[in-house]
Amino acid sequence: MPTTLPQTLFDKIWDFHCVGQRADGRDLLYIDRHVLHELHAHHAFAQLQKQQRHVHRPDLTFAVQDHTVATKPGRDDDTNPSGTAFIKAMREGCRNNGIRLFDIDDPEQGISHVVAPELGIVLPGATHAVPDSHASTVGGLGALAFGCGTSELAHILVTQVMALKRPKRMRVRLDGALGPHVHAKDVALRLIAELGVAGARGYVVEYAGAAARAMPIEQRMTLCNLNIEMGGRSGFVAPDEATFAWLAGRPYGPQGAQWDRALAYWRTLKSDDGAAFDREVVLDCASLEPQITWGTDPSQVVGISGRVPEPAAVDPSRRAAAESAFAYMGLEPGTPLAGLTVSRVFIGSCTNSRLPDLQTAAAVVRGRRVAAGVVAMVVPGSSSVKREAEAAGLDRVFRDAGFFWGESGCSMCAGGNGDRGQPGERCVSTTNRNFENRQGPKVRTHLASPATAAATAIAGRITDVRQLLAGAA
Amino acid sequence: MQPFTAHTGIAAPLLKDDINTDQIAPIMHSRSLKEDYKAMLFHRARHREDGSEDPDFVLNKPQFRAAGILVTGQNFGAGSSRESAVWSMLANDIRVVVAKSFADIYRENCLQNGVLPVMLGPQHADVFIARVVAANGAAPFTVDLVTQRISGPGGPDIAFEISAADRTRLLEGLDDIGMTLKHMDEIVGWERRAATAQPWLQATQDSR
Repeated sequence: MPTTLPQTLFDKIWDFHCVGQRADGRDLLYIDRHVLHELHAHHAFAQLQKQQRHVHRPDLTFAVQDHTVATKPGRDDDTNPSGTAFIKAMREGCRNNGIRLFDIDDPEQGISHVVAPELGIVLPGATHAVPDSHASTVGGLGALAFGCGTSELAHILVTQVMALKRPKRMRVRLDGALGPHVHAKDVALRLIAELGVAGARGYVVEYAGAAARAMPIEQRMTLCNLNIEMGGRSGFVAPDEATFAWLAGRPYGPQGAQWDRALAYWRTLKSDDGAAFDREVVLDCASLEPQITWGTDPSQVVGISGRVPEPAAVDPSRRAAAESAFAYMGLEPGTPLAGLTVSRVFIGSCTNSRLPDLQTAAAVVRGRRVAAGVVAMVVPGSSSVKREAEAAGLDRVFRDAGFFWGESGCSMCAGGNGDRGQPGERCVSTTNRNFENRQGPKVRTHLASPATAAATAIAGRITDVRQLLAGAA
Repeated sequence: MQPFTAHTGIAAPLLKDDINTDQIAPIMHSRSLKEDYKAMLFHRARHREDGSEDPDFVLNKPQFRAAGILVTGQNFGAGSSRESAVWSMLANDIRVVVAKSFADIYRENCLQNGVLPVMLGPQHADVFIARVVAANGAAPFTVDLVTQRISGPGGPDIAFEISAADRTRLLEGLDDIGMTLKHMDEIVGWERRAATAQPWLQATQDSR
């Protein structure tokens, strides 16, 4: 008779990191890696100073400048004037507290969710926190990551733990093999459409199944990145040999004998057979086509061959939201998505700005030109990604086609650095939120994969990348 | 943190689901470290394209300008983790949000700042919403955390649930960091054990 019940990987990581329980019943979860960004950290630094509290583990804390930095070549602190104060406060706060900052001119600057994995700062089975809702991007490496607010950020700085209620467990099994030019972004959008924007609220999601297993690490990161868009507390893919190969040699990860020891441990990181999940979901990915949002939340999604839904086809509880989205997006029910004229295309953000994303987009763009009247941008997720892309000549592919090629940062995802669209513009974007006014006042955002975004930039209208590459568009 | 015992105020109905933090606290076009959280709250929804106030937005209506309680639908506070979405409530003296449900991070941010997130089940919520709409700002409601009841015009008190721990934390205005600092010995003990069990987690060095 077995004496221990089968456990989920989530429970194993949680139990290992649970330091104790507070009087209010919250578990104190140790945070192995804490990464800050300039938009929120200054509040916490000011709070610590006022309360005369200090950072407990500056050596486990890192910081980046990403939300407010300009993307213009030759940028500095002042290129985006509304970011200057944040950038300077971040620099001062990190200096005063002994925190390693990847500053605006650092060769490894970039979006926190891109930088932390690529430097090996985040590791399988590790816990991670960022004052940003897309923290679980690093779940692609099998890390358990939580987004947090500013007060929680200060709490982690002082104590290196988060005080959390234990979430529920969900497993999403992604069956089948993805068709050509169908990517993790399409899978995630379909999943959000099926489960809804609050479908994973209160859950930590383990993504499993053949399609998740077959995804390269960067695609797993895209999948986990979008977990919050269905309300999930965290999301991850259990690590495997592909993960370990991806991590080998990353500078902040373990080296030599430590690597061997870590590797032996990481190979044990999986949910036991028969482990109980509070909810199980299955999505068949084999028949999936590229997906795109038509509305103003990330669950308002159709396949690229689909049409804006008729109100009668929308769940009654979501009908008012759909009507409001039709008006904002300037779309009539029944309109096909493919063929809609666009003014802007953005490729970037923590969702889709890693090297393979840019390679995918470049493969579509190569030898073609951005359609007249379209402003198209590529913003690499980190300065390292930018350098590698340039070494591979991708910048020339994009520039020759008429794309803007920027310095790395969050850029047009939320427009916090001044990169925004013009009122009324229709924009296909590889980002994570199509909320009203997010990419600029009255900008109409359609979320899609880098392949779809690239094809759309070339055609000047929303385009099925498969048709463009087949020469039919 | 400011303790929360009870709050009396005009209840404003903002009857939509999935209101996100981009809507509650938009990223302002020109911003500074000392932001105007009072002006930030629903800044876009409150204004028309020409910059003038939109008289149709609920918080701009004369009877709701001084609202102290916000009443809304499912999944309030979805999206970004920005705490400004709670600070902008406080700056407008809105100390209570009554919703059918809350996004996880937003709810945590409320607890950190002495804002009471009241979740009502669908039946209670619909009854309460009908009363709020009928009252139309003419008389206030009181949300009492001690008795866990909402009282006000149009009917009997409505009871609400909240975990005993969250209730105590709000009632006493407990300092979250202070509560955890009592466990510093356990934290340091854990670090010592982890340094042996998984040493790669307790060190970060650039190997180059």
